[in-house]
Amino acid sequence: METTAVRGRLTWQVATVTSVTPETGSVVTITLDPPDWLGHRAGQHLDVRLTADDGYTAERSYSIASAPGEPVAITVERLEGGEVSPYLTEDLRAGDELELRGPIGGYFVWEPADGGPLILLAGGSGVVPLRAILRHRRRSGSEVPARLLYSARTLPDVIYRGELDQGHDAQVIYTLTRSHPLGWTGHTGRISQALLAEAAWAAEANPLAFICGPTSFVETAAAGLVGLGYRPERVKTERFGATGGR
Amino acid sequence: MTIMSPVSRGFQHLRRASAADADRLPPGQHVTEGFPVLSAGPTPHTPLENWTFSVTQDGQVKKSWTWAEFQTLPAETVTADIHCVTRWSKLGTQWRGVAVDTLLGAAGYDAPYVLAFCDGGYTTNLPIGDVTGGNAWVAFDYGGGPLPPEHGGPARLLVPHLYFWRSAKWVRGLELRDHDAPGFWETYGYHMYGDPWKQQRYAGD
Repeated sequence: METTAVRGRLTWQVATVTSVTPETGSVVTITLDPPDWLGHRAGQHLDVRLTADDGYTAERSYSIASAPGEPVAITVERLEGGEVSPYLTEDLRAGDELELRGPIGGYFVWEPADGGPLILLAGGSGVVPLRAILRHRRRSGSEVPARLLYSARTLPDVIYRGELDQGHDAQVIYTLTRSHPLGWTGHTGRISQALLAEAAWAAEANPLAFICGPTSFVETAAAGLVGLGYRPERVKTERFGATGGR
Repeated sequence: MTIMSPVSRGFQHLRRASAADADRLPPGQHVTEGFPVLSAGPTPHTPLENWTFSVTQDGQVKKSWTWAEFQTLPAETVTADIHCVTRWSKLGTQWRGVAVDTLLGAAGYDAPYVLAFCDGGYTTNLPIGDVTGGNAWVAFDYGGGPLPPEHGGPARLLVPHLYFWRSAKWVRGLELRDHDAPGFWETYGYHMYGDPWKQQRYAGD
């Protein structure tokens, strides 16, 4: 345990942006080539620093979207009135330099040895670190059963939809909170105890849960799983809110 | 070693803290009007009749208070700026709680460090000097009302001069220690002290 606390200093480095790919109308995935990257774990995040020409800097944290062993990538949602995300989603181009340091965090991570079954609960862009976990599961050949319950405003707001719909043996369940297409047969409305009871593994299987999203989503989801009998120490949460952060 | 930060072509800052706020804002922080919630697991809900606050040492309870007993202790009103390692700061927050000086004074102490322990298993380590001398409280009111569970209620540690992960939610006691050992986030690479004015976010900063 203590060895992780005394690891080396996280230094800032200048990465090259290798691609900027739209995911939805307001979300892009940015792949990066940092010169000195010691690898990351599924679920970790990194810090980005922007510098204006007058020397002003702004830093934010973003979840890493790629699996261990894949090129470093972050997925960024444009936040109205945000300072950093509009730049990353609209101005940044392949070939640009981007200052970063990481990886950061070691609790909200999954390794195949941690087992499962896995229940991943995503609210909006909270899907990003969960996608890294799903990719890591697939790439590592893990046979741990996995389900993703993903709450999005509308179907076009679903990030990674093409990839998620391919399944890769992980079951993906959507619920659309704002509007849904004609003929939509999936779930609608915010996450609820009833939906959790239907979508989550039975507590007897001792599932491992990862929840990421806005605070109200995470509070409802975490309390709901505990209410279903999940052990609190097997329910890991990561939240973002009015921080201008993720 | 610091590197020269490349200018981010076209990046312009939108947020400028007012001159009054700027003096109160540590580097790399921005002011939020909201009160973001960050925690690693489900929000615990310990009934007040089961709640105690304990000062322990070497596995022994030196002093313990029930919720009712705790409410009879002298409480202080505290106004403080708080700074989260995720870079938001909230200025002028108002709390009510019992000074850690009062608690440790009643229990007696002679140890250089404490480890705060909490419902849900969270811990954080602090030098004794950072929780005494009027530096820290166990707060149960926020903004004139009971502290909401998602913000750490019924009671959380309040150590406003350090990054806010030190202000442990759902705190249930302090363990007096003769040596420093990392708590929860400190084990996962966050700084062993966490001074926001020195940007001590991660180990080695």
